Amino acid sequence: MDFRFSEIDQSFRDGVRAALDERSSPAAVRAAWDAAPGATDRSAWEALAAMGALDALVPEAEGGLGLDERSVVLVFQEAGRAGLPDPIVETAAVAAPLLGSRYAGSGAVVASDLGTSAAPGTSFVPWAADADHLLLGGPDGRLHLVAPGEARLEPVATVDGSRRACRVEWEPSPSSALDVPALAVARARERGVLAAAALLVGLAERMLEMTVGYVAQREQFGAKIGSFQAVKHHLADAALAQEFSRPAVHRAAWSLATASADAERDVSMAKAMASDAALVTARAALQCHGAIGYTTEYDLHLYMKRAWALARAWGDAAAHRRRVARSLEM
Amino acid sequence: MDLTWSDEEEAFRAEARGWLEENLARWREGCGGSPASGDTAEGFAQQRIWEEMLFDARWAVVSWPEEYGGRAASLWEWLIFEEEYYRAGAPQRITQNGIFLLAPTVFEVGTQEQRDRILPRMAAAQDLWCQGWSEPGSGSDLASLRSTARPVEGGWMLDGQKTWTTRGAFCTHLFGLFRSDPEQERHRGLTYLLVPLDLDGITVRGFSRLDGDTGFAEVFFDGVFLPDSGPLGATVLGEVGRGWNVAMATTSSERGLTLRSPGRFMATAERLLELWRAVDGATRAPHLRDRVVDAWMRAEAYRVQTLAVVSETLAGNPPGAATSLVKLWWSELDVELHDLALQLLATEAELEGPWSKGWQFSLSGPIYAGTNEIQRNITAERVLGLPRS
Repeated sequence: MDFRFSEIDQSFRDGVRAALDERSSPAAVRAAWDAAPGATDRSAWEALAAMGALDALVPEAEGGLGLDERSVVLVFQEAGRAGLPDPIVETAAVAAPLLGSRYAGSGAVVASDLGTSAAPGTSFVPWAADADHLLLGGPDGRLHLVAPGEARLEPVATVDGSRRACRVEWEPSPSSALDVPALAVARARERGVLAAAALLVGLAERMLEMTVGYVAQREQFGAKIGSFQAVKHHLADAALAQEFSRPAVHRAAWSLATASADAERDVSMAKAMASDAALVTARAALQCHGAIGYTTEYDLHLYMKRAWALARAWGDAAAHRRRVARSLEM
Repeated sequence: MDLTWSDEEEAFRAEARGWLEENLARWREGCGGSPASGDTAEGFAQQRIWEEMLFDARWAVVSWPEEYGGRAASLWEWLIFEEEYYRAGAPQRITQNGIFLLAPTVFEVGTQEQRDRILPRMAAAQDLWCQGWSEPGSGSDLASLRSTARPVEGGWMLDGQKTWTTRGAFCTHLFGLFRSDPEQERHRGLTYLLVPLDLDGITVRGFSRLDGDTGFAEVFFDGVFLPDSGPLGATVLGEVGRGWNVAMATTSSERGLTLRSPGRFMATAERLLELWRAVDGATRAPHLRDRVVDAWMRAEAYRVQTLAVVSETLAGNPPGAATSLVKLWWSELDVELHDLALQLLATEAELEGPWSKGWQFSLSGPIYAGTNEIQRNITAERVLGLPRS
């Protein structure tokens, strides 16, 4: 029994953090709100590709790093912390391991509707505006890999403008259908849920750190507002939710990596808790910032709006609690 | 990361499970089928027998060295034992304030003579220890305490009053904080003393907690002479005047791992699920399902978080002030688990029973060992680094 990450996992995490600190800065996230379709800055994405982070879950024999979920969960956490405005969940957690050698080494951007559509074709596709490929659930129940040029993309405004979503009209064809076993598709969906939960962990950490920094220097009534008990208690509640959801996410990574019999339950528990912790943190962060947080000129909203989106994507907390309830035979 | 138990750990679990199952039934039978609460005179006497059974089979203090009655079990094995203990439905330990609060301090700062004298009798439930910290005017603000220990020839003269002393009416000994230097204020000038409760001048008066059990006592010290040598041995734990620092070692034990292990809350969560399944689906309020699942997850998350904390502790990174987060988590979880059970029981919840009793007990969690308001302050200041007010 040892819950700690290996030194290799940790140094991979450190490398990703350093790259994203530089290339997925608040200014870079903000720029993604305004870029024309297909015109986003890909330097953070290319850095991740160069480090092998995007095909980390692809087996070595197929050109990837051959890592498993427990080694990459920290990478997703870092992407969340940085507010990375790219579909790393859809690409690295879902598409790359499904496509294997077809993906490895390409550095391609893959958008998908798997996290946002309750049924095929019913919803929008985040990040589709800049995607190289679209991974879409078809009405035939299969997954399809579609080139953006073969679909009609209609940009749609979202609360988090850096999600760069489109409504997509497309026709499934025999050649677009992916020939992958249903079990692999199911596992890919679980990975998507886990990766979204890990992003939420990182987003919550980022929002709490920003808020601690702000209330420690902001003065009112002649004192730092962080010295007021009411402010302290909001932030203690955020820290509490994070302290206990983070290990649940890491445990779910282990359960998926080892094909535990409880893997689905653990993944759902992770997403439910991470979603709730991120929303609690977002609310506390906004309240403790006061009016400055209630502007788009200040950076908090970049992370808060992403947390709002991801808390609901890939199944919200209530949906995942229903799945846990089924596993508990309630 | 490896979240599997070794063969040795699984064997330890099986041995604990087997022993508990067999002997708990035997003890219950000896109590006429349903033992009384350990916070009543009758139940306390019954549980002394249970403690003797645990000690004789070396399950009383599994993590202690063998010479003091333990098994030198690892932290992992200790966690496994706790899971099995509460899973079996065994009672909360009447020895817990001694073995989980005082003993870690004795191991850390006690002399060899003190360890040899105190620990084996504590493990065997021959000496039963209660905690003498709170006073009528000093609860969360413990450093304002006013009970005094005046140095006199051969020992100390004790005066003052302690209160909220858990199971004080039934215990034989008290570990407490006393002001030994009247010139010093607050955290300075306090001394940690080990006091037999049968000394002349000590009066113990039990009183009822919210649930009606005589779980509390006030302890009056009226010109009590406490020798610091002779048959009682050295009665000062740690350095004279440094009692606050000595006591803080037990505070972090109380808030953290060693007093409220996840096993107890996992067991409560499992019983809540059983209750959910047992209640007629037609009368069960459907909106409670979401909260019951959430409560179960919070118990499971506590177990998982503990695996992370123990892993770090064994690697040389103990949790420190983060134990305040742990205390917030389990105490608020315990209230929620019992609140949900009462909602499922509906009007039956009015009747005395394990859930209604447990509910009343759970309400003490956010109050004792430093109220949750204080824990949130500690979290904000020492974990997040916010400025002190």
